[in-house]
Amino acid sequence: MVNIVWLVMIVFGILVAGANGNIDVVTKAALDGANDAVKISLSLIAIISFWLGIMKLAEEAGLVRALALLVRPVMRFLFPSVPKDHPAMGAIVMNLSANILGLGNAATPMGLIAMRELQNLNQGRDSASDAMCTFLALNTSCITLIPTTIIGIRLLYGSTDPTCIVGPTIMATAFGMTVAIVADRVLRLLYSEKRR
Amino acid sequence: MFEVIAELSRWAIPLILLVVPLAAMLRGVKVYETFVDGAEAGFATAVKTIPYLVAMLVAVSIFRASGAMEVLVAALSPVLNLIGLPAEVLPHAVMRPLSGGAALGIASDIIKTYGPDSFLGRLVSTMQGSCDTTFYVLTLYFGSVGIRKYRHAVILGLTADLSTLIASIFIVRVIFGLEG
Repeated sequence: MVNIVWLVMIVFGILVAGANGNIDVVTKAALDGANDAVKISLSLIAIISFWLGIMKLAEEAGLVRALALLVRPVMRFLFPSVPKDHPAMGAIVMNLSANILGLGNAATPMGLIAMRELQNLNQGRDSASDAMCTFLALNTSCITLIPTTIIGIRLLYGSTDPTCIVGPTIMATAFGMTVAIVADRVLRLLYSEKRR
Repeated sequence: MFEVIAELSRWAIPLILLVVPLAAMLRGVKVYETFVDGAEAGFATAVKTIPYLVAMLVAVSIFRASGAMEVLVAALSPVLNLIGLPAEVLPHAVMRPLSGGAALGIASDIIKTYGPDSFLGRLVSTMQGSCDTTFYVLTLYFGSVGIRKYRHAVILGLTADLSTLIASIFIVRVIFGLEG
């Protein structure tokens, strides 16, 4: 699927640019995109290092395990393939909590830590495990309590009630998350591990 | 309610930074050495995402700059009309899973043009706040651990995005009235 999406974006993009007579933009766009990608990755070094350090402390202190224990019933249901008390559970909970609170800076590193733990369970294969797919679906559809950035923009353009979208956002994300959990269960059967 | 959550968000990280090292010290952990030990993997993890992000952002960038986005929007508009999505916010809906920055740009523009408290302004605000940059997250997260076969993650992410989008439209219409 990702192969097709990727190919279509490039091929279709080049064809449209050619038909519109502005083929020049393609080369520039490609280089700009690559440049942005490297900038994003490099900017992650600082924040990932920082959170990896804090998470290591939390792990040694037994806090990650305690957190995993706290939400075990829910997590066992969502991630049946992850052993209980595995560090991945703690990292996933940290990532989702950061997402819910709108702490983007903390959410990404926590997510990458969780992926590392899930990849240990996946024995380093290059194919996504069921647990990884579930985690990503929860991560992208996660309930958002405060969409901080957009509230800032509403304020900037003189909104009389910049936070009035908080309620609708919580409801919409709650619905999306529910659909994601159900769809994950269905797709997990269709893309059963045995068939890959 | 909002103030409580906002306050909680402000305190969350400082509290973690206070509680975690203290708890570790009480458990007899050598805090400084352990922190350094953990942070060591940061560079490798971040650098590992480079090829994956380059691949994805190059494709997204070409797709956007070439005008192919507009073609896709035009092609999708009959379908999206069915779920009651106004034409003005269509580019945002299509761009949201691909590029967070671009989607935010479109959202700002709509808010500026139609006003933050108009129906369109509220709708696009809710869409921006509730949906995520699915392709970016997939690329970054999978890339950091060298996953190349995404299996059902792409279709799952898009299903979640689409249902959040439909819910946003429905909820904003119900709460703020049909025309706002």
